[in-house]
Amino acid sequence: MRFFELLLRIDRRWIFLFVGVAVAAPLFMHRDLKIDVTPEARGIYDAVEALPPGSKVMFAADYDPGTAAELQPMAVTFLKHAFGRGLRVIIVGLWPQGPQQADLAIAEAMREPGVAARNPQYGIDYVNLGYQSGNEVVIQRMGSDISAIFPRDYRGRPLEQFPIMKGVRDLTAISYLFNVSAGDPGTLQWVQFAGDRFHVPIGSGSTAVQAPQIYPYWPQQLTGLLGGMKGAAEYEAISGFRGKGTVYMLSQAAAHLVVILFIVVGNLAYFLTRRKGSAGGAP
Amino acid sequence: MSLDFGVWLGAFLTLGIISFLYKDNPVYKVCEAIFIGVSAGYWFVSLFWQNIWPKLVLNLRDVVTALVHGHGPGGGVVYLVAGVLGVMMLMRLLPKVGWISRWPMAFIVGATAGLYFITYLQSNALEQMKATIQAPLITAEFYKHLWPPPPFNPYWNPLLVFVGTFTGLVYFFFSLEHKKAVGVTARIGILFLMVTFGASFGYTVMSRMSLLIGRLDFLLGDWLHLVR
Repeated sequence: MRFFELLLRIDRRWIFLFVGVAVAAPLFMHRDLKIDVTPEARGIYDAVEALPPGSKVMFAADYDPGTAAELQPMAVTFLKHAFGRGLRVIIVGLWPQGPQQADLAIAEAMREPGVAARNPQYGIDYVNLGYQSGNEVVIQRMGSDISAIFPRDYRGRPLEQFPIMKGVRDLTAISYLFNVSAGDPGTLQWVQFAGDRFHVPIGSGSTAVQAPQIYPYWPQQLTGLLGGMKGAAEYEAISGFRGKGTVYMLSQAAAHLVVILFIVVGNLAYFLTRRKGSAGGAP
Repeated sequence: MSLDFGVWLGAFLTLGIISFLYKDNPVYKVCEAIFIGVSAGYWFVSLFWQNIWPKLVLNLRDVVTALVHGHGPGGGVVYLVAGVLGVMMLMRLLPKVGWISRWPMAFIVGATAGLYFITYLQSNALEQMKATIQAPLITAEFYKHLWPPPPFNPYWNPLLVFVGTFTGLVYFFFSLEHKKAVGVTARIGILFLMVTFGASFGYTVMSRMSLLIGRLDFLLGDWLHLVR
């Protein structure tokens, strides 16, 4: 009993240390956990696989470096998957740093041998239209005229220069939209405006915090959903592109075990010491 | 170990912020102040060059040029209205005429409400009601796969969603006293709500751990080159 009383008085910094070690130690181990692919992740994979080569897909990068740890692996895997299938990717962002994150993801995707062999060209196979402020109003406008809201690309060049934009007047020219979302604006707005209004099939990769909010849209309004790092690892597993999501899963699992252990032990200690206090009688 | 100054700076700032876990200290305060300052500066510059300059200043310049050349302002007058509304919003900074800012605020509230009224009804009410009601009753696959029972059988999930939605709504229905059948249903609704909150908490923990993993990977990998 004394042990449990001590546990209840433990300095919270010990807990931080335990969690820190649990997260760091697996990074030194070169072992992958077995990852089961859920129907949510399979939905995105299947939707991309179903597209014929040359189809134009939109990658909406609505996140920033703060959430890159869990979202960047999804972005990289999607781009590897899309380029590997010969799809053409149009990148947009409703978050200022989203298109920059997309550029980093493209650089990483290009290092994949299957993608490097195809050697996707800027302006032909992909284009980055950059950030546009206005949240849902931007999507609404894209429904009637994309060039009206994105007249130039990320580097200030007119869209008419790029062969990929030929025939792309509005969202109806987009065969699939993959949104990586860290919050608002994000998947909610893409579903409401691009999906439900303009009938663009959408897949979403969202932060784990946001995933419970997004789940109600699957499977009717979203073809698939990647929730947090686990979602990224699932997408990597099913597409065969091993990346950071898979590497991080061992750390994630170890950290969860430590948290669960502390919750169980903490509750046990609390109830046992409370019972002892009741048995002793109040003064 | 990295030779990149940017990586060293990032590592210093990361360690400075993490040092708060031990206790509040001057290094943490410096890192926090840098973060807030850089964020404010970034947003100011970003919003100026993404919004005010291209969407207001350049368009107003075109309106003025057209007027100088004896043409009418044309469609550009809408930017004039937007500019005036923007200035009216800034009146909030002057206490004596602060009430003027209520006009552009009313415009924003009205426009946003109008924009979202239909979309929310469509996406968050009608579409999801349809999915909730149709899924368990119409899918033929469900009737073929009744065994094993939930939670071991994903075919039962749509029915669970239906029951969870219905009982959850009953819990928030206060026109009837929560007794007898209504009370039992509401009680089941609470259970579903508790499971939902638990799942949300679990996802939140996963998200926070992911951020920690990302930072430690940066420190141990990009900075110290100890892991790859």
